[in-house]
Amino acid sequence: MANGHLEITVGETLPELVRGPIDRTTLALFAGASHDHVRLHIDSDFAKAAGLDDVFAHGMLSMAWLAQMLTHWVPQERLRHWNVRFTAITPLHATVTCRGEITEIFEKAGERLARVRIGSWTEANVQTLDGEAVVALV
Amino acid sequence: MIDRERHVGVVSEPRFVEVEAGFLIFFAKATGETDPVYFDEAAARAAGHPAIPVPPTYFFSLHMSCPAKRGDIFDTENGIGVDMMKILHGEQGFTYHALTYAGDRLTITTTTEDIYARKGGALEFVVQATRFEKDDGTLCAEARQLAVIRNG
Repeated sequence: MANGHLEITVGETLPELVRGPIDRTTLALFAGASHDHVRLHIDSDFAKAAGLDDVFAHGMLSMAWLAQMLTHWVPQERLRHWNVRFTAITPLHATVTCRGEITEIFEKAGERLARVRIGSWTEANVQTLDGEAVVALV
Repeated sequence: MIDRERHVGVVSEPRFVEVEAGFLIFFAKATGETDPVYFDEAAARAAGHPAIPVPPTYFFSLHMSCPAKRGDIFDTENGIGVDMMKILHGEQGFTYHALTYAGDRLTITTTTEDIYARKGGALEFVVQATRFEKDDGTLCAEARQLAVIRNG
């Protein structure tokens, strides 16, 4: 349930979101649903020809999960801006945990905002996405 | 090496898309979404939305759904011609100005902002920025993508 009213403090963490394990069906469905048909994610033969062991997950799949973590925490209209770096490939069969922590509360253009450090990790504790989001506090 | 002079500053033609409810529902299913606002129109309306909202990362999908005839990253003739075998997603950002909904008609424009190389050309980077405007000219979202090309 998204918060109607937020009283948050720096250091507070968001409820984690866990998704996976990622299988080939996950990647096929996400490719179709997201219009991202890059073959490295859906065609093992193509991935091997590119020098990889196998297909790997779209970075945007984990970013979609980070989005869910954020929109389950605050209504989407509060999300102003966010950016992530894809720091490692998310392998097939990974289970992904999304985490967030409030790092700053500040004001800009008369609006009270929170800066949230966000990231995703595989069950092997490899960080796959690293970024930050700015959300409005009402 | 990508021809920087040729591609930096290229702006795509405007592309027109209508946000399809069916695709948003499919996207919700494919990502394991549990909030019915994103896959049930009645739930979306009950939450005060006119229709199912476009979730935060789906703008990237809208961009991918209508490759530009000019400046597309994969297009070998009229775009940058990046080899799909060598591409990695380096960074992705979004800025939002207004919620967007199923049924909205959007105009999408992509600009190649920068191209640069590192490690003696073993890695190349392509920065593209995309704007999403509604029919009435309202800017609803901006996306910024950094693609990494592994030449090594």
